[in-house]
Amino acid sequence: MSERATLLELEGIIKEFSSVRVLDRVSFSIQEGEIMGLIGENGAGKSTLIKIICGIYQKTDGVIRLGGKVTEIPDYITAKSLGIGIVPQEFNLINYLTVYENIFLGSELHKGLLLDKSAMRKEAEAQLKLLKMPLDVNRMVSDLSVAEKQMVEIAKAMILDARILIFDEPTTTLTAVEIQTLFDLMRKLKQKGVTILFVSHKLQEILTICDRVTVLRDGKLVSVDQVKGLSSQILAKKMVGRDFNQVFPDKIDSTGKELILEVENLCSGSLLKDVSFFLRKGEILGFAGLVGAGRTETMEALMGLRKAEKGAVRIEGKPVRIRSAKDAVRHGLGYISEDRQGKGVVMNYDIPKNISLISLKEKYLKCGLIEKAKEAQAAEHYMKEFRIVAASKKSQLRFFSGGNQQKVYLSRWMDTDPKILILDEPTRGIDINSKKEIYEFIHRLAEEQISCIIVSSEMEEIIGMCDRVYVMREGRVAGCLEKNQVSEENIVFQATGIKRV
Amino acid sequence: MGENKIIAYVRNFRFKDHSLGMAFIILVIIATIVGWPNFLKVRNLTNILRQISYTGIISLGMTLIIISGGIDLSVGSMTAFVGGISIFFLNLFGPTSTMGIVLTFLFALVFGSFCGALNGIMVAKFKMAPFIVTLGTMSIFRSLIQYFSNAGTILSVNMGYGTLGSSSILGLPTPVWFFVIVGIILHVLLNHTSFGRYICATGSNEQVAKYSAINVAVIKFFPYVITGFTVGITAIMWSSRLNCINPSDCAGYEMDAIAAAVIGGTLMSGGKGSIIGTMMGAVMLGIINNMLVMGGISAFLQQAVKGFVIIVAVLLQYNNGNK
Repeated sequence: MSERATLLELEGIIKEFSSVRVLDRVSFSIQEGEIMGLIGENGAGKSTLIKIICGIYQKTDGVIRLGGKVTEIPDYITAKSLGIGIVPQEFNLINYLTVYENIFLGSELHKGLLLDKSAMRKEAEAQLKLLKMPLDVNRMVSDLSVAEKQMVEIAKAMILDARILIFDEPTTTLTAVEIQTLFDLMRKLKQKGVTILFVSHKLQEILTICDRVTVLRDGKLVSVDQVKGLSSQILAKKMVGRDFNQVFPDKIDSTGKELILEVENLCSGSLLKDVSFFLRKGEILGFAGLVGAGRTETMEALMGLRKAEKGAVRIEGKPVRIRSAKDAVRHGLGYISEDRQGKGVVMNYDIPKNISLISLKEKYLKCGLIEKAKEAQAAEHYMKEFRIVAASKKSQLRFFSGGNQQKVYLSRWMDTDPKILILDEPTRGIDINSKKEIYEFIHRLAEEQISCIIVSSEMEEIIGMCDRVYVMREGRVAGCLEKNQVSEENIVFQATGIKRV
Repeated sequence: MGENKIIAYVRNFRFKDHSLGMAFIILVIIATIVGWPNFLKVRNLTNILRQISYTGIISLGMTLIIISGGIDLSVGSMTAFVGGISIFFLNLFGPTSTMGIVLTFLFALVFGSFCGALNGIMVAKFKMAPFIVTLGTMSIFRSLIQYFSNAGTILSVNMGYGTLGSSSILGLPTPVWFFVIVGIILHVLLNHTSFGRYICATGSNEQVAKYSAINVAVIKFFPYVITGFTVGITAIMWSSRLNCINPSDCAGYEMDAIAAAVIGGTLMSGGKGSIIGTMMGAVMLGIINNMLVMGGISAFLQQAVKGFVIIVAVLLQYNNGNK
């Protein structure tokens, strides 16, 4: 590979959030016209780093050089004017505007005081054509598929003549075919001389598309390598810092134990079709499948959070009717949502208030008033048990890291004394150490004969933790894998219905 | 030990955490200087308290609504409506007796709660936007009372009714007592019961509340009923003060009630607020008004000052929230 000019250089970047260091002296450089991969576990500092490059966060210390010149990027507008564009993980599109209006959002073309709609339409069309995207600029964004929305995001970034384009985990919500299209597009952009920073935690994708790869772990730079000659094993080891299997505790054999939960023919609108499964006492059961396969919906229907038209649920052999989350709690069910910030913790509540939210009425009331001392005591107990790190139990949850938030969320459900705990993406967005602690905790629960269901998109997690795995596809249970059948290949086969070549 | 505690308190004292109290004290000092020596006279102070108590009582309920993530624009019209209908009730069922007044009071509480419940049902059950719902009922209540009164004054025929409004207990005007008592009750409700906890959680993030097995509809419903109840109290206190209701009375009460809550630190976006803060906010609005009157500033400018204070309060909130 020929030596190219260095376009973006980071030197000793440090970022601290309320004195917690999330990036520690990270230095690397990106050359003009290359595709640089940025890989790391959740919580490794990838997002923080790209947010600094885009001016959304401010670095605590360090130097950014753009084209050799020391550059300050105080906000996103500056980043845009410097030719830095981002295709965010969560789309920032306005649903009730058309494609071209979204593309020009924030950089509209004017004719006098008025918007020059025909010029914007024309330019948007030209841009899409250039990128070979078959998309009508007059369509409403709300009508687009996820992949199409991503195209709009890319066009939006490119319309400003971006020199550096950052893709933040773009493949998370895409199908295999759409990922191929995206990769083709990235190669095309590269030919046009656009420099790309591709953020991902999927090893195979990095190896497929990138020229070089930077590995981050726990906020520190591990390595910058040419992709040629790397294997996913080596990369995984760099990323995690140890062999993967050390992360997971031993499996628990629960064959032959009595059934604690039986679900039959659960139906909910067009999302769930005759979902049936069972769970044994003290079992760790997995639910795998693609995004949108109906796993979360199944759990929500079971918890009374989503209307189910049909379906029978038996707990410890007895038929039960669950119409609301309250009923579910009464029957000993607990559900940790995948959306921790949107549906889990109350950000402006402190630890005790967050933990007692569900068990308040049962445990902490005396003559109708809250016993705050008892509440605080319980909080201290959980902080010790889960090793929750906080300045004080009175600090608000919004100042916590993902891992600590998740532990508080877990504590809330543990305080309801559940018999069955459903964990939906329990380790999404948290650091590797908290991850390990949560795995060990789930293991401990199972040993105490509390049954757990893990819903996860992370293959290693399902394979490493679960004894038995249901795979869902398009709202149905596609199959159930037991013991040594639980493998990546089998799961993918069941999840997609396609045998791997 | 006690001494150490005091030292620790002083050392940990941060002005940011007590900005409302500070503002209150500074305002009182300014008012004392501007209005010397009349401001500090007992008569003036009780007068301020009386003046603020009418909207103050409503602002207590309003605080709960705002914390739950809603808003109620209809409280002004509702006060005139409930007050007017209550006088009809009094004239019909108790034109002469004291018992009639008591019954009318109870009627106003029930009727006010009912009106609040109408708002509550539309917001909680039918999931309509609180702003729109209460904007609608604001018009409806006002229009109805104008219709029932033929756009004229509704006079009470009960001779005893007027004495209730101007009465005092232990030197404090009766509405001030209601302001304080309702304040204490709602403070306990908000900070020491599961209901209060759920209101904050729902206002902070409705999804989290739902996923934590909280019946969100119920939690969003009751603040409106409680506010209707406080409207009932104010309706009686206000109409008995004048012994009548004009169909145009109490316009703009919603703004005073919202202002008191906001100045007291309640977040307009919901999830956080305090009853004590609202009470202080209401009193501060009263002091500012009083000061302007004593300073001889045009009555027409008073609303402008009020508006300015509200904007500054929200600005401070916004800055604190961003830290």
